Amino acid sequence: MEIVLVIAIGVLTGSGVWLLLRPRTFQVIMGLSLLSYAVNLFIFSMGRLGLAIDKEPVLRPGLPHDLAHYADPMPQALVLTAIVIGFAMTALFLVVLLASRGMSGTDHVDGSSARDVQEMP
Amino acid sequence: MSISALMPHLMLAPIALPLFTGALMLLMREEQQRLKLALNVLSTALGLLVALALLQWSHQPGASSSMGVYLAANWQAPFGIVLALDRLSAMMLVLTSLVALAASVFAGARWHRAGVHFHPLFQFQLMGLAGAFLTADLFNLFVFFEIMLAASYGLLLHGSGRSRVQAGLHYIAINLAASSLFLVGVSMLYGITGTLNMADLAQTIPLVAAADRGLLHAAAAILATAFLIKAAMWPLNFWLVPAYSAATAPVGALFALMTKVGVYTILRLWTLLFSSEAGASALFGSLWLIVGGMLTMAFGALGMLGSQRLSHLAGFAAILSSGTLLAAAGFGQNLLTAGLLYYLPSSTLAISALFLTADLIDRWRNDGASYAPFEQRDKAPFLNAELVPTEGLNLDKDEEALIGRVIPAAAALLGLAFLVCTLVIAGLPPLSGFVGKFAMLNALLNPLGLASSAGAQPGAPGWALFALMIATGLLALIALTRAGIRHFWATHDRVAPQLRWLEGLPIAALLALCIALTVLAGPVMQFTQATADALHAPGTYIRAVMQAQPVPGAAAQSRADQSKDGP
Repeated sequence: MEIVLVIAIGVLTGSGVWLLLRPRTFQVIMGLSLLSYAVNLFIFSMGRLGLAIDKEPVLRPGLPHDLAHYADPMPQALVLTAIVIGFAMTALFLVVLLASRGMSGTDHVDGSSARDVQEMP
Repeated sequence: MSISALMPHLMLAPIALPLFTGALMLLMREEQQRLKLALNVLSTALGLLVALALLQWSHQPGASSSMGVYLAANWQAPFGIVLALDRLSAMMLVLTSLVALAASVFAGARWHRAGVHFHPLFQFQLMGLAGAFLTADLFNLFVFFEIMLAASYGLLLHGSGRSRVQAGLHYIAINLAASSLFLVGVSMLYGITGTLNMADLAQTIPLVAAADRGLLHAAAAILATAFLIKAAMWPLNFWLVPAYSAATAPVGALFALMTKVGVYTILRLWTLLFSSEAGASALFGSLWLIVGGMLTMAFGALGMLGSQRLSHLAGFAAILSSGTLLAAAGFGQNLLTAGLLYYLPSSTLAISALFLTADLIDRWRNDGASYAPFEQRDKAPFLNAELVPTEGLNLDKDEEALIGRVIPAAAALLGLAFLVCTLVIAGLPPLSGFVGKFAMLNALLNPLGLASSAGAQPGAPGWALFALMIATGLLALIALTRAGIRHFWATHDRVAPQLRWLEGLPIAALLALCIALTVLAGPVMQFTQATADALHAPGTYIRAVMQAQPVPGAAAQSRADQSKDGP
């Protein structure tokens, strides 16, 4: 299970960083989204006693109330907040992206005629 | 005393007041601009009064250390979110309110009509700033950072236009990436120590197992990278100058505070988590801060020398000030920290005033437009493509003499404002910039005070910072003097500037505060010395936060009963 999670985080981060460094605004926003997914998975794996596998998320009668028997609820709370904030910021970025495209006529991140410019029809 | 009676609930006011004002303004129609402006100024002024009251409370003469601790959900630390107020937080709150009040009044003259929702965004920005200064919980800090950033995205785009959208795009992208780093650092710290409360973290870090210490340092470094992007450390500061100079003038003035948030968080977390009592991790990253800060200083000074637009000049001045603060903070010496805490408000006030003045001067030069026609095409204002000075701005011998003409009052005010900004930013006597720099230089040479540090050597980093502080001051002086000559002396055939009261007053007030800081340097230095001593002895902070008791009440009682009944 750990290795699957690790590979997923690694692949998401790698592709996110690569896309972030591309010259098109749409690639940048995809890169930022992938990066935030990777970060969210990473937060999940950072429970107090490592990754919780096959542990109860909700308190159950009869089971002792300690972290050895339950998944750590803290990373879940953190990840929930991070998802909400990340989603809102990505939506805002999308609007700015469209405004930039509309004003400059190109989807280059610098909004100017680079060598590989793609003019709007 | 009345303030003590209101504590600790008054601590919530700097966050709650802008929140409610902003929410109220969202309900109003866009045509009610005047009412919104009045509400904005009123609420910011009220916030200033609250911040002053908190400052006075935090600096009671009798008590050796007074800490306000607010258990937000009535859970004892480290289980609930805690707000903590000490001298540093109170000082930053007062500084924020002062700059915000000037910016909001200045915006009332014309800029607030340049787009929609200026005033609510302004208030939400204040809320995020105040929250970041008050919180004592890392994840809560993340939330307040995001509130502050979300509002700053809107404020940066205020007024629209291609250059703002372009700069905004870069600004948002870099800050989203920084937020990812922030989250990675925070979650790693949680994984290692099992807590996010800053005081509890400070207690736990000396006890971390030796095998985990490398990971802990990696987490701290990732977290620090996120803050250093905000604090504009080289090479993470390429976004700052385009963004700050593209923003409208009052927003630029407010943004001068945003780099100081980064400096504040570094100072707060570094002194708490890696204080000299932190065992094997004591003073971790000190050299990084010193070297990075000095590189930032050099970058900022060279940038000032190379920029022709006043707003670029102000942006690079913000980088220079931030670099000075970071490098001085990295030494971790009480006297040096006291000096930098004196330098911080004076340079922030001057840079904010420079942003506002630059807007007025630009409009004067371009006959009312914020951008001259040639600036739309991304060219420098004074030189044409062949690097020859433009006609009409000659400084040669044939220029007519200006004998017997009275300087218009508005031009005189602008010139004086620019002069004071220059003196403070370059650190020349007699104003507060000089006092701050002198205090820092003195602390570098006599790290233990004048009487007891005979024979103490500053060492290579100390001498380097000493030289850089003087050299960057000289470069800043050259850059600002050159800009001043071009804007004020080489322009005799221009009409007198149109200046409104609403625009002149905030600038004059900000600079009057710089002068007041100079006159009251003694008491202010005593205050910053007390602040620095408290910062470098984090035991008081930790004890105050960890020992704060929840208010006994029905809910707390039932919670206690529950835990008694539990297994």
